[in-house]
Amino acid sequence: MEILIQNTLNALQWGSFYALIALGYTLVYGVLLLINFAHGDIFMVGAYVGFFFAVLFTGNSFIQLPFSIPLWLVFILTVVLSMIVTSFVGVTLERVAYRPLRRKGANRLYVVITALMCGLILENGNLALFGASRRLFPELIDKTIYSFGTINISNIKIMVILTAITAFIFLELIIRKTRIGMAMRAISYDRVAVPLMGIPIDGVIVFTFILGSSMAALAGVLFVTAYPVLEPYMGAIIGWKAFIAAVVGGIGEIRGAFVGGFLLGFIEIFVAAFFPSTLRDLIAFSLLLILLSFKPTGLFGVSRSTKI
Amino acid sequence: MFSLTIVFSVQQEWINAYIQLVMMYIGINIILSSSLNIVNGYMGEFSCGHAGFVAVGAYVTSVLNVWLFVSDRVFGPSVVSGNYALFLFPVTLLIGGLAAAFVGLLVAIPSFNTRGDYLAIITLAVNYIVKSAIENIQIIGGARGFMGMRKVVNAMHDLWDIPWMMIFTLAFTGLTVWVIWRFVSSTYGKGIIAVREDEVAAEIMSVNTQRMKVTAFMLSSGLAGVAGGLFAHVLGYINPGSFTIMKSTEVMVMVYLGGMGSLSGSVLSAILFTILLELLRPLQVFKWVVIPLMLILLMMFRPEGIMGDREIKDIFRKKS
Amino acid sequence: MSFLQINNLTQCFGGLTAVKNFSLDLPKGILPGLIGPNGAGKTTIFNIVCGFYRPTSGNIQFEDQSIVGKRPHVITHRGIARTFQNIRLWSKMSVLDNLCISQHANMGYGLWDALFKTRRFHTRESEIRQTALHLLEKLNLQDYANEYPDSLPYGMQRRVEIGRALAAHPKLLLLDEPAAGMNSSEVADLIALIAWIRKEFDITIWLIEHDMRVVMNVCERIIVLDFGEVIADGSPKEIQNNPKVIKAYLGNIDE
Repeated sequence: MEILIQNTLNALQWGSFYALIALGYTLVYGVLLLINFAHGDIFMVGAYVGFFFAVLFTGNSFIQLPFSIPLWLVFILTVVLSMIVTSFVGVTLERVAYRPLRRKGANRLYVVITALMCGLILENGNLALFGASRRLFPELIDKTIYSFGTINISNIKIMVILTAITAFIFLELIIRKTRIGMAMRAISYDRVAVPLMGIPIDGVIVFTFILGSSMAALAGVLFVTAYPVLEPYMGAIIGWKAFIAAVVGGIGEIRGAFVGGFLLGFIEIFVAAFFPSTLRDLIAFSLLLILLSFKPTGLFGVSRSTKI
Repeated sequence: MFSLTIVFSVQQEWINAYIQLVMMYIGINIILSSSLNIVNGYMGEFSCGHAGFVAVGAYVTSVLNVWLFVSDRVFGPSVVSGNYALFLFPVTLLIGGLAAAFVGLLVAIPSFNTRGDYLAIITLAVNYIVKSAIENIQIIGGARGFMGMRKVVNAMHDLWDIPWMMIFTLAFTGLTVWVIWRFVSSTYGKGIIAVREDEVAAEIMSVNTQRMKVTAFMLSSGLAGVAGGLFAHVLGYINPGSFTIMKSTEVMVMVYLGGMGSLSGSVLSAILFTILLELLRPLQVFKWVVIPLMLILLMMFRPEGIMGDREIKDIFRKKS
Repeated sequence: MSFLQINNLTQCFGGLTAVKNFSLDLPKGILPGLIGPNGAGKTTIFNIVCGFYRPTSGNIQFEDQSIVGKRPHVITHRGIARTFQNIRLWSKMSVLDNLCISQHANMGYGLWDALFKTRRFHTRESEIRQTALHLLEKLNLQDYANEYPDSLPYGMQRRVEIGRALAAHPKLLLLDEPAAGMNSSEVADLIALIAWIRKEFDITIWLIEHDMRVVMNVCERIIVLDFGEVIADGSPKEIQNNPKVIKAYLGNIDE
C-alpha cells in the first residue's frame, strides 16, 4: 500500500514535467496544426537559461553582483526570467523559421521538417558552443522531506505537482474564458476565415508560442531544480516522450495533453517499480502503441472525418 | 560496367581504404534513402522510425552469420564451415531483410486507420521499441553492442581474397534501385501514388489500399533491413545506439533533400549527403548545426528538394 | 438475377438521419435519376452503395450478392464505379495514369510479375495502357494523355473522371452531378456522352443531377429525395407534374 502511494506521488511529479511540455505541444498544434518538434529543445533552453540566471544571481559566475539576493527570490527570478527569455526564443523560431513558410502556404510537412531541424540546431548548437560537459544547477531551494511512515515526499515534489495543476487551470481559463483563447480555438478550425473576421492571426500565433514556450521553460527550471544535472540532449528524449503523451491524450486538446502527460508518467514509474528498469521505455511505448490502436485519435481527440 | 571498374580498382588497391569506406556508405545510404522514399515520398506518409527496421536487419543478419560461420564467445564454434559465409551471405542478408519487413507490418497495419501525425507517432514508437528491445536482449550484447562480423568478412576473404563487402554493397544497392524502379513504374506500384494523392478515391476506384500499404511498408522496411545487414558487416560492430531517431532523421533528411517521390533524387541526395558528412567532419559537432540549417533553407527556397518528383530521364527528355 | 436491389436503406450520423428507408429495385439497362434539394441525401446513398459508408440498417444486393459491409475496392471489383461531386482525380499523375490505376480491379498480375518483368506483366501492362488510351480516344482526350489533370479545363476534368470510372469496367456506373459547373455546350456534350456510353458498353448508369436539362433528357425514371426520404418515383412526365416535387424542389430552382 505504501509502495503504491509512494509510486503514485513519484508518478505525479514525473508526469507533471511531461504534462507541462505536452501542453506546449498541444497549444501550438491546436492553433497551427504543426507538431513543433523543436519544443523539447525549448524545454532544454528553458533549463539552460534558468541555469544561467541562477548562477548569475547566486554570485557563482564571473559577474559578481554588488549585493546578495535571498535564495527564494533567486528561484522566483530564475523561473520568471527563464520563461520570458525562452518565450523570446520560441517566438523567434516562429518568426524566422515557421512564419515565412506559413506565408507561402507551404505544405505542412515542410514546416514539420523545419521544426525538426530547428530542434537539432538548438541541441547541437548548445553542444557546440558550450561543450558537452554537464552542468550542475545550484541549489536554490532547501529541500525538506516530509515523511508519513515509509512514504517520503519533498517540498520540491509538491511544488512541481501544484505548479503543473495551476498551469493547466490557467491555460484552461485562457482558452475558454478569454477572447484571445477563443481566437486560438477559432484558428484551429479554420485558419483562412479568421483573419477575414478581423482577428490578427499573427498576433494570436505569437501569443500561443509565448504560452507554450513559457510552459516548457517552467518545466525546464522545475526539472533541474528536482534533478540538478543539465546536458544538451536532455530535451530530446523528454520532448519526444511528451509529444507521444500529447498525441495519446488527443493532440489539440489541452485536457488531453494534461492527462496524457500524467498517464505517461504513471506508466513509466509503475513499470520501473515492478520491472527491470531497462524494460521501462519498452513497455511504456508498447502500451502507448496499443492505446493508440484502440483509440487512434487519442483519449480526448476528435476524429475529423472526410466528406466526399 | 561502372561497378566492375570500382571492384577492380579496389582490388588493385588504387583506391585507399577510407574512400572505399565512403563508397560503401554511399551505397548503404542510397538503399536507406530510396527505401524510405517509397513510404514517405511515393506514398506520402510521415514515417520517422526507419532506423528501427535497419536495426532489425543489422542484428538478424549479423547474429545469423556469426552463429553459423565463425566461432564466437557467445555462440560457440561455428555451425558450418566459414567457407559457406561467402555463398550464404546474400541469403542471410535477405533473411535480415525479411525480418525487417515483418516488423514493418507493425507500422503497416495501424496505417489502415491512422494517417499523418498519428502514424508518425506509431513509427517513432516502433523505432524506440525495437531499440529498447535489442538493449534488453543480453545474449546479443544488449546496449554494449554486438561484434564478430569482421570475422565473417575475413572468412569470405579466406576463400577468395577480393573486396567482398564492396561487391555485395554495390550489388545490393543496384538491386534495391532496380526493385524500387520496377515497382513504381508498374501500374500496380503506382497505386501507392494514388493512395498519397487521394486515398478515398483510390479505394473507391478499385485500388486495394490496404494491400498497397502493406506492400509499400514491407518493401521499404525490408530493404532498410538489407542496408542494416550491409552496414553491420562494413563496420564490423553494431550497437542499439546507432539506430535511434537521430539515424531516422538522417535518412529523412536525405529523402526530403532528394525530393519526395523521385528515385533518382534519393540516389543523388544520398551521394551528396554522404560526401557532405565526410567533408564536414572537421567541423565535428558544428556539422549537425550546418546540416539542419541547410535543410531549413531548402524547405524555404526549394522544398521539393533537388529533383522534386521528377526523375533524371524526365529532365533530359524535356531538353531534347 | 436482379441487378441492383436496395432495401430499406437507412443512414444515421449521430442524431441526424440522412437517409430513411430508401428502397430501389433497378433492372439492368434502365437509367434512373436521383434528384432533390441539397442535403437530401443523394450523395450519401451513392456513398453507401460504393462502400464508403456502412449503412445503419438496410440491405443492398448487386447481382444477387450482398455488398453491405464490403470494402469499396471489392465493390468496384464486382462492377460498380462512380464519379464524385467534387472532382477527385489524382493530380500528380498523368491523365493516362489516372485511367490505368482504376484498372487495379483487373490487374492480372502481382508484385512478383512487376519486379521480374514476366510475360504476364508485359501483356497485362500493355492491355491496361491500351484500354486507357482507347477510352481517351473515344472521349476525345487522347491529346491530353500525358497532361496533368490540374492543367485541364473543368469540363475536360469531368470527362477524365468519367473515363477513369469507365476504365474500371463497371456494370453499374454512378455519376454524381456530372454537369456541375458546366456551360450549355458542355452539357450538350455530356448528354451525348451518356447516350454514347449506353450504346457502346453494356453499362447501367445511375445519375444524381441538379441540371434538369440533363435529367429530363436522359433519365427514364426519376426518384425524388427530400430530407432523406423518397417523395416521388416515376417517369419524367409524372415527376414534372407532381405537386409534392414541385413544392419541395422543382419550383425552387434558381437556374
